[in-house]
Amino acid sequence: MTSTQVSPAVAADPQLAALESEAIHILREVAGEFDRPVILFSGGKDSVLVLHLARKAFHPAPVPFALLHVDTGHNFPEVLHYRDEVAASGGLRLHVAKVQDWIDDGRLAERPDGTRNPLQTVPLLDSINDLGFDAVIGGARRDEERSRAKERIFSIRDAFGGWDPRRQRPELWDLYNGRHAPGEHTRVFPISNWTELDVWRYIAKEQIELPQIYYAHERDVFSRSGMWLTPGEWGGPKPGEEIVRRQVRYRTVGDMSCTGAVDSSADTVAAVIEEIIGTRITERGATRADDRMTEAAMEDRKREGYF
Amino acid sequence: MTTIISNGADQVQDQRENPVPDAGPATPVHRGLLRFATAGSVDDGKSTLVGRLLYDSKSVLSDQLEAAERTSTARGSATVDLSLLVDGLRAEREQGITIDVAYRYFATPARTFILADTPGHVQYTRNTVTGASTADVVVVLVDARTGVIAQTRNHATVAALLGVPHLVLAVNKIDLVDYDQEVFDRIAGEFADYATGLGIKDVVAVPISALNGDNVVTRSEAMPWYDGPSVLEFLETVDITHDRDDQSMRFPVQYVIRPGSDYAADPDYRGYAGRISAGTVRRGDPIVVLPQGIPTSVVGIDTADGPREVAYAGESVTLLLADNIDIARGDLLAAAADAPRTLTEFQATVTQLGDKPLRKGARLLLRYGTSTSRVIVGSLDHLLHIDTLQVAESPEQLALNDIGLITLRLVEPLPVEPYRNGGRVGSLLLVDPADGTTVAAGMVGDRQQDLHPRS
Repeated sequence: MTSTQVSPAVAADPQLAALESEAIHILREVAGEFDRPVILFSGGKDSVLVLHLARKAFHPAPVPFALLHVDTGHNFPEVLHYRDEVAASGGLRLHVAKVQDWIDDGRLAERPDGTRNPLQTVPLLDSINDLGFDAVIGGARRDEERSRAKERIFSIRDAFGGWDPRRQRPELWDLYNGRHAPGEHTRVFPISNWTELDVWRYIAKEQIELPQIYYAHERDVFSRSGMWLTPGEWGGPKPGEEIVRRQVRYRTVGDMSCTGAVDSSADTVAAVIEEIIGTRITERGATRADDRMTEAAMEDRKREGYF
Repeated sequence: MTTIISNGADQVQDQRENPVPDAGPATPVHRGLLRFATAGSVDDGKSTLVGRLLYDSKSVLSDQLEAAERTSTARGSATVDLSLLVDGLRAEREQGITIDVAYRYFATPARTFILADTPGHVQYTRNTVTGASTADVVVVLVDARTGVIAQTRNHATVAALLGVPHLVLAVNKIDLVDYDQEVFDRIAGEFADYATGLGIKDVVAVPISALNGDNVVTRSEAMPWYDGPSVLEFLETVDITHDRDDQSMRFPVQYVIRPGSDYAADPDYRGYAGRISAGTVRRGDPIVVLPQGIPTSVVGIDTADGPREVAYAGESVTLLLADNIDIARGDLLAAAADAPRTLTEFQATVTQLGDKPLRKGARLLLRYGTSTSRVIVGSLDHLLHIDTLQVAESPEQLALNDIGLITLRLVEPLPVEPYRNGGRVGSLLLVDPADGTTVAAGMVGDRQQDLHPRS
């Protein structure tokens, strides 16, 4: 955490208080209604926020959820380090599904372009089935992308993990129905109604520690498809892609092969909030190559069981 | 559905070159969060209105706009179709329909908004009910050329049944009737008569052109005869602070927090976690545990941020009680002064949401508060025709999108009580025990009786 300064206006924010109460209510519903819930935890800010809210929801008891991370093998080392520290310090059970294991035993094949983000779905669904999770809690937000705008807070997935928009249940008032047939599971999104700005203002208010790569720092990067990517074993840069040193930060944290940094001098929480207020490009549009593949990229991946 | 901005792509270009939204003059008072829903029939231009609200309030970011531009160009259009900003799924874009409620988020200096964008198909009453269930305001669209139609009345009725206190009628495509005041006055008057007859307190009509932006965000110069607010101005200023009266306290127990040896400071800690659904709770308040009917009192209000003296409706807290009582998820803590009675039979006004019709004798699960109970549908008492407010007694069944009054019979008594506006008290779901499907959503009591139709 680079900055812990909190303005009084943020500290007393009724909107953040309402969003927090809603998320805590949802997390307690999960604990009350399901036998084996798990939080998808990558060390990214949205999953960090969900875990923080879960801690608050069950205080002073420990969080009654396990953690699950699908590691593409191309994740940022500093984020993995952060992930392990958080899990250890909270006494939480962390399950890691490594895409590499699935490639090694032939259940998955490496893609020609080297991108592993689309390969996460199979290890995710296998882990949910093998470990018997019936509720899978994620940090997806409806403001991120337009197929997510139609996502429920309790979202039913079939035995193949698939998401059928026509099968989703109407959600009225604050009554959530997560009952499902054996073999199916429910995805739960407690921060559905938060925007990127809400997330950052809450991080400031609660002084939540994040991986350092969310703040501006000097880094060797190269340009591909209009994004700054970090060189690494995953396969960059290619010949002709020049490495330069720039001051950047990450707005989202995912697979290194498709998560781009943005030019930024925002090295504190307050500066990040200022930057987001002034920005004219969405979080995913700026930093996620996987959503640019086709206009319906996210819709297709969700149908197949992606996060 | 294809809509095109008539004033061309130049304006679109202008906005993108102005990277930071204009902060405007003196920052107005921030009024917090407003939830609203939009409803209209298929060709009323609702997607264009929503796109226009997002676009003119500078809530559309440049990559979203570029995506809409690319698609418009690919379709051979010279200008940007604003409805593309909100048509979510590929299936919908290909068919030009909207199949489900979508949620949008935008903010102005005056307020933050959560918009439930509900689709306009006639048969999708269930989506209007869903979107309006959490709304402070419902915006209903009509086409100025056709005026109030059955579906318009349906939307108003649904809003009234749910107890939504504010209704905006957006009379769209006013440019296509030459900005004619008489046309507007006739439609607005007819709608106001109907809506106030339903008991809705606050009804406002606004003449708009979503396509041109007239009276959506900024007031139009094309209609000097109209001196009311734009749609956004109304949403920014409507007062919702008194919509939910101070009501006697209700606290459905979600989860019992018992840390045991994990909490060395107090291994005997036993807290009841939940969200206050109505009223206010103070330390020391006498309460009663239902359905057991055991009286006790609140000795502590706990949160992760420390203990509190008082907590309010909508807040998630943990209550500590004076006596060691066997309390579990599903129980209700209620103000001792006016706790609800426990019942084994009650009436509810329900909207059928499932494909399979609801019939007398059906065995279902009732979700009420945090409880789940087995119920039997004792009788179907009436079917409500929501465009005429006439009822048909003792229907054979309630089909998808039907609204009707039913009687439910419980095995164990439950503290059910009449629906209150906002739905945190008196709302329910009926669930199919076989596959978990939500069969119907309902409100305790005969909501139709509360409406006052014109004779």
